[in-house]
Amino acid sequence: MNRAQREEYLREYSTLKNQGKPFFPYAVAKDSAMACVVMAVIILMTIILGAELLPKADPTTTTYVPRPEWYFYFLFELLRVIKPPELVALATIGIPTICLILLFLLPFYDRNPERRPERRPVATLAGIFTIVAIGYLTYLGATGGSPNELEIEAPPPIQAAGGEMLASYEAGRIMVAQSGCLACHKIGENGNDGPGPDLTEVGQRLPSQAIARTLQNPTAPMPPYDELATKNPEQFNNLVTFLSQLRE
Amino acid sequence: MPKVKLPKPPVPDALVPRPKRPGTAEKAGPRDVAKETGISAIDWVDERTGMSGAARWLMFRKVPKGTNWFYTLGSATMFAFLSQAVTGVFLAMYYIPDPAGGAYESVRYLTNEVFLGEFVRGMHKWGASVMVILVMLHMARTFFFGAYKYPRELNWIIGVVLLVLTFVMGFTGYLLPFDQKAYWATVVGVNINGTAPIIGPYLNDFIRAGPDFTSTTLARFYSIHMLLVPGALAALIGAHLWLVAKQGTTAPPWMKADKKGDVGEERA
Ligand code: HEM
Repeated sequence: MNRAQREEYLREYSTLKNQGKPFFPYAVAKDSAMACVVMAVIILMTIILGAELLPKADPTTTTYVPRPEWYFYFLFELLRVIKPPELVALATIGIPTICLILLFLLPFYDRNPERRPERRPVATLAGIFTIVAIGYLTYLGATGGSPNELEIEAPPPIQAAGGEMLASYEAGRIMVAQSGCLACHKIGENGNDGPGPDLTEVGQRLPSQAIARTLQNPTAPMPPYDELATKNPEQFNNLVTFLSQLRE
Repeated sequence: MPKVKLPKPPVPDALVPRPKRPGTAEKAGPRDVAKETGISAIDWVDERTGMSGAARWLMFRKVPKGTNWFYTLGSATMFAFLSQAVTGVFLAMYYIPDPAGGAYESVRYLTNEVFLGEFVRGMHKWGASVMVILVMLHMARTFFFGAYKYPRELNWIIGVVLLVLTFVMGFTGYLLPFDQKAYWATVVGVNINGTAPIIGPYLNDFIRAGPDFTSTTLARFYSIHMLLVPGALAALIGAHLWLVAKQGTTAPPWMKADKKGDVGEERA
């Protein structure tokens, strides 16, 4: 906006303001009505949804669901949409940071003096696109596969071996299911494709030592399992056994 | 039928009501006393602070023609924030930021034993979601109405800071109950943060107070969640509202001043 446009705006605005009504009681009444609605919604949600408390946090046992609060789903889903590991930093930090900078600087690069939404189609469409994108990512996050369900048959050689091997494999499967690995990984038909790599055939790609090393010292954002390895090596070994048997 | 106005009949002199003699006024009733007390109390404060001018300026400033329900979203956000502040104070009366045993147990005690404890905790939990939704809707309103343009650019920037701080509140608050979900989701969240180039690892060491999650981490999240960020939010909401009051809220973009008003304005 150049100077003339700014002055024109201020003149027009002061007229509109003079033709308006006083803040008290007109705006105050509307705001108070809205405050009552907000209060009612919060209380209703509380009564209907309650406040659950899961079992206590335990860094060694692993019945956890690494799900953020719903309003972070869209950030979390970005990680799934952008797959290649070299681009993880872009998805986690890069895109949100760029969007935030764009948001901060909005008044400085949108210098169009027009204010009616239908007469600034670029801004309006960009706004609608942003809302749809955030809504879609949130929806994806909300409907993602359950992180605690893992139905998978033991491969024939393990079934044939039976005994201790089969027991260890099954224990490992339950560990994986309980640990919420599937919130970020896919195993066969189970779990979510990303942000972590597909584990369906990880046993083919990596030897068991490499799997154990990765579990203890993973790439972010995966949480490390080193505490489990030192405090409960048997469970940790089951985990490794199960994973190293995953192949096509 | 047109009304016919008849002249009033003459009244005899003796019946004309006379003004009361000085000194025989009606006794002040309790209502008058209350009114007087109120006025003198306000006068007393005003004489010492000179605040009534500011209050009058704030309350009786005009709001432009055409202001509609979308303009209540900002104050609704503020109301949600106030609700969070009040319920948060009550939660803080019971919460102990110690993961070695205190934190989870204190939340469990609050939820299961304290009178209305679960209700207050629920209000704080769902109030957070409501505040996030409201702040997004309010931002959408200011965006689509072009309210971030001259002369309100600075208020938009303060708004973006408020948005970020609201999300920081959500993130730091999620850990505090210290149940499985809280713990592991925060571990993943902090790890995501660590992928930031250059500053990521340093930032993480600061957030966690070291390379691992310890009791100091929880205490740190707690003090960020209930002192640092709410303080910043309150101060910035104050600045935001001061600018709103000073500049006035925008009129809806399709409003035009009518000509009559224009002339009045020219003269003024
Ligand atoms: C804690 C969060 C916030 C609170 C309590 C808050 C409160 C308010 C209130 C009460 C108003 C008065 C007009 C109205 O209600 O629409 C307002 C106006 C405004 N807000 Fe916010 N706000 C918050 C966040 C934001 C955010 C995130 C943005 C944008 C990034 C923003 C940008 C603006 C702008 C540009 C105005 C001026 C609008 C106009 O004059 O029409 N605010 N805010």
